[in-house]
Amino acid sequence: MKVRILVRLKPGVLDPQGRAVHHSLGSLGFDGVEDVRIGRMIEMDVADGTSDEALNKMCEQLLANMVIEDFAIEKLDGERAPA
Amino acid sequence: MAFKAAVITFPGSNCDRDMAVAIEAVSGAPAIRVWHGDADLPAGLDFIALPGGFSYGDYLRSGAMAAKSPILRAVVAAAERGVPVLGVCNGFQVLTESGLLPGALMRNAGQTFVCRTVELKVGNTSSLFTSGFSAAETLRVPVAHHDGNYFADAATLDELESADRVAFRYSDNPNGSLRDIAGVLSANGRVLGMMPHPERAIEPAAHASMGGTDGRRLFENVIGNLVAA
Repeated sequence: MKVRILVRLKPGVLDPQGRAVHHSLGSLGFDGVEDVRIGRMIEMDVADGTSDEALNKMCEQLLANMVIEDFAIEKLDGERAPA
Repeated sequence: MAFKAAVITFPGSNCDRDMAVAIEAVSGAPAIRVWHGDADLPAGLDFIALPGGFSYGDYLRSGAMAAKSPILRAVVAAAERGVPVLGVCNGFQVLTESGLLPGALMRNAGQTFVCRTVELKVGNTSSLFTSGFSAAETLRVPVAHHDGNYFADAATLDELESADRVAFRYSDNPNGSLRDIAGVLSANGRVLGMMPHPERAIEPAAHASMGGTDGRRLFENVIGNLVAA
């Protein structure tokens, strides 16, 4: 089973990287960018029987820092390319 | 009995020798060097130090991998028994990632690596580490980091302040740390994490801009207190 995990800074936590990228987009002439927040995507291949509980624990114990980050788990089962 | 301190080395640590030299200069006893893959600490330790550097290449997050290494389980267990622990720079990041200290160290607000000597205001003056300082004084200690921007939620920050757990504050905040926090203590006051490098300020011969001896006083405080106890 393929799993995609998105780790993002919690709302309200200042994102200096996002702010710098936002500024750069503006200086490249891209108007209308309201905000930029930068996170991390982790893709994993896990055994088919892996429980949601186990995936949550992986995120809470290592993949995300719960002091500053939230995570979202996305299972990619249905996304296999047609043969 | 000789003072028994351990310095933990992870792949990517680069201030471990300086830390050992600082401890040895003050205690007069050799510091035991412990490798990250060891599952156990030497018995009967008086003190544990987590040095600066870039453990595991800062993969995932600074300090995150080291915080999950086997030796850290032993360090956490020792800290819970009351063995004093000092984490400097990457060591501070490891302490927050391991849960021994609250909060997190984020990318510097200015995005740049900051490497210079900063002025610190002494916060706490009653812990093992800080009892020799006075509340009014300032110290000069070098910083060198990219991820030193201390963050915790407002309730945690309030708790740290009301419980006198802010060990040091920056006079001129170099990294965006909330409430200018440069170092924090555990609830029992026996674990200290700080971004500035006291082990780089132990030689009077060094030029003032390169450090001086203010860092040595922190080691004199903690080792003196532990030897006297």
